[in-house]
Amino acid sequence: MKLLVVEDDRETANYLVKGLSESGYTVDQSGDGREGLFLASSGSYDAIIIDRMLPGMDGLAMLGALRAAEIGTPSLILSALGSVDDRVKGLRAGGDDYLVKPFAFSELLARIEALLRRGAASTATTKLRVADLELDLLTRSVRRGETGIDLLPREFQLLEYLMRNTGHVVTRTMLLEHVWDYHFDPQTNVIDVHVSRLRQKIDRNFERPLIHTVRGAGYCLRAAD
Amino acid sequence: MLRRLLSYLRRLVRTHAFRLASLYFIVFAVSVLGVLFFVYWMSADFIERQTQATLDAEIAGLAEQYAQRGLSGLVQIVAARSAGDRGDGMLYLVTDGSGHPLAGNITGWPEGTPVAAGPVAFNVQMKIKGVTQTQPAQGALIVIPDGYRLLVARDISDAARYRERIKMTLLWSGLVALVVGVIGGAVMSRNLLRRVEQVNRTAERVMGGNLSDRVPLRGSRDEFDQLAANLNNMLDQIERLMAGMREVSDNIAHDLRTPLARLRARLELSLIGSNSTNGLEDGAQAEAVRAAIDEADRLLATFNALLNIAEAESGARRNEAEPLDLAQTARAAAELYEPVAEEKGCALKIDVEPGIMIRGDRHLLSQAVANLLDNALKYGGGEVLLSAHQQDGRAALEVSDTGPGIPEEERDVVFDRFVRLEPSRSTPGNGLGLSLVRAVARLHNGTVALGEVDPGSGQPGLKVRLEFAAL
Repeated sequence: MKLLVVEDDRETANYLVKGLSESGYTVDQSGDGREGLFLASSGSYDAIIIDRMLPGMDGLAMLGALRAAEIGTPSLILSALGSVDDRVKGLRAGGDDYLVKPFAFSELLARIEALLRRGAASTATTKLRVADLELDLLTRSVRRGETGIDLLPREFQLLEYLMRNTGHVVTRTMLLEHVWDYHFDPQTNVIDVHVSRLRQKIDRNFERPLIHTVRGAGYCLRAAD
Repeated sequence: MLRRLLSYLRRLVRTHAFRLASLYFIVFAVSVLGVLFFVYWMSADFIERQTQATLDAEIAGLAEQYAQRGLSGLVQIVAARSAGDRGDGMLYLVTDGSGHPLAGNITGWPEGTPVAAGPVAFNVQMKIKGVTQTQPAQGALIVIPDGYRLLVARDISDAARYRERIKMTLLWSGLVALVVGVIGGAVMSRNLLRRVEQVNRTAERVMGGNLSDRVPLRGSRDEFDQLAANLNNMLDQIERLMAGMREVSDNIAHDLRTPLARLRARLELSLIGSNSTNGLEDGAQAEAVRAAIDEADRLLATFNALLNIAEAESGARRNEAEPLDLAQTARAAAELYEPVAEEKGCALKIDVEPGIMIRGDRHLLSQAVANLLDNALKYGGGEVLLSAHQQDGRAALEVSDTGPGIPEEERDVVFDRFVRLEPSRSTPGNGLGLSLVRAVARLHNGTVALGEVDPGSGQPGLKVRLEFAAL
C-alpha cells in the first residue's frame, strides 16, 4: 500500500512517515501543495493525507484540482481548525475524511485503514458475517450461531459499523462520528458503555469473544485473536 | 393597556431627555409669560397715560377760559363743547352750589361721585345710536369758587375695549407659544432620545456578540456625532483586542496542543517500535508509556474543551445556526447517556414535548445537553429527568436530579472555568462542562440557570434550565 503525505510541518511529517512506515506502508512525502498535486496526479497512491495549510497551494485547492482531474484517490484532510464548518468545507472540497490536529496516531491509522477499505468493499452486501456472527441488513436481524440476538436500533448500527471494519481498529471518535453523527468529545466515555452493552449481547454465553478492546486506540471486531 | 401606558410614562419620566425637555419648557413658558405680561402692562399704562393727558389738556383749556372770561365764559364754552356728538368721548358738567346743572352733556350728577375735588371714576348713562348704555368714564372734579363745580371726564370704554383686545391677543399668542413650546420640547427630546436609542441599540448588538456593529454617524459634527465617533473608536479597539484574544487562544491551540500531541505521538511510536523489535510491549516500561499516553489524552481533552468554550464565547460559530428540533436533540443525547445511567443505577426519565423548533448549532447544543446529563449522572444521581417544553415563544430544556444539589451561593461560581465543587476533585472531570453550557446558551441568545427541583419543598436535587427563543 502506497501513501502520500502532503504536510509542510517537518516534525509532523516525519512522525507521520515514521509511524506509517512502521505500520507497513510505503510513504512518499511532500511539503508543498504544488509538488503534492504533481505527485498525486500520477494516481499511483492508495490514499493521500493532506494538510489544509500548505505553502504554494492550499490543501483544499490542491484536493479540488485533483478531483477536477478525476483522480479519486481516497484522501484525509488534516487541519488545525476544529469547527464543524471547516469539516463541512473540507469534505465538500473532495476529502473523504477529516481529522483535527493534534491527533493520536492510532486515530489516523484507523481512519486511513478505513479509507483504504472503503475503496475495496463498496459492493452492495445484504449480509455481514464474522465467524458465527451474522448480521442481515435487510431484515435488520442478528444471529450468532443458532441464537437470534435482539438489538436496539443504535446497537445494530454500532455492530454494523464494527462488522464493516472487521479485523481493523475503530476508534471511539470514529464510532461517535459514524454511529451517532456527533463531532464532540463527551466527558464520560459513553462509547465504552455502549460497546460493553453490545458485548453483553454478542459475546456473553459464547466461548470466543468477538469484540476486543485495543488499548489506547479503540475497539476491534475480529474472529480469532 | 392602562398599565402599559403607565409604565411607558414612568419610563419616559425617568429619561434624561424628558427632564431636559421639561426644564426647557418651564423656562420657555416663564419667559414667554413674562414677556407677554410686560407688553400688556406697558400698553395698559400707555392708554392710561394718554387718557390722562387728554383730560389734563382739556382741564388746562377750560381753566384758561375761566381765567379769561369768568364763570359765564366757562358755562358758555362747556355748553358749546357739549353740543353735538364730537365723537371724542369727552364729558362735561357744570353745576351751581345746589348741584343744579348749568351746562354739560351729562344730564345729572352721577351717583356716588364724591363732592370733594380730585380725580373721579364713574359710570355714565349714554345714548349711543339710540341705545342707552352704561359706559365707564374717568375724569376730574374741579371746585370753582362760590360753590360751582366742574366735572370733566372722558368716556374710557374704547380704551377698556382696546385693553381687553390686547389682553386677548396676548393670551392667545401666549397659548400658541406654549403649545409650540410643548411640541418643540417633545420633538427635541424625541430627537435626543432617538440618538441615545441608536447608541443603546448598537451597544446591545455589540454585547450580543456582533462586534463589528457601529453607531451610525450623521456627519453633523455635533456632540452626538462626537460621542458616536468616540464610541466607535472604542469598539474598534475592543474588536482589535478581542481578535487579539482569539489569536492568543488560537496560539494556545497551536503552541501548546501541538507539542503535547508530538509528545503523545513519540510515545505512541515508541510502542509501535517496541512491538517489532523486542518484547517490551508487555513489560512495565510499555505500561508506563501507555499511562503517559492516557495522561496526555486527558490534557489534550482539557485543551480542546477550553478552546471549544473560547470558540463558542467568541460567537464565531453564530452563523452556523440553523433551524433544528430541540426535542430531537434532547432525545438523541438522552439515548447516548441511557446506558451510562443504567450502569450507575440511575433512572433516566425523558419528558420531551415533540417538535420544539429553535435556531441553533446541533453539535454545540448536543454537547451542552450531554454535559448536563453527564453532570446529573456523575454528581447528582438518583432520578434524572430530562424535559423540554415550549411555552410563550420560549423553548426550555431542563435537566434535574435528586442528588445533593448546589447551595444557592455557589450556583453562579460553577459556571466559571475549572470550578469543581467537590473539594477532593477525585471524580474524573475538568470543571469545564458548565462553562461550555453557558457559552452555548449565550451563543444562542439563551439563558442558563440553576435552581431547586421543587422550590420551597426542601426536596434535594438540582435543576438546570436552558432557555432559548423558539421559532
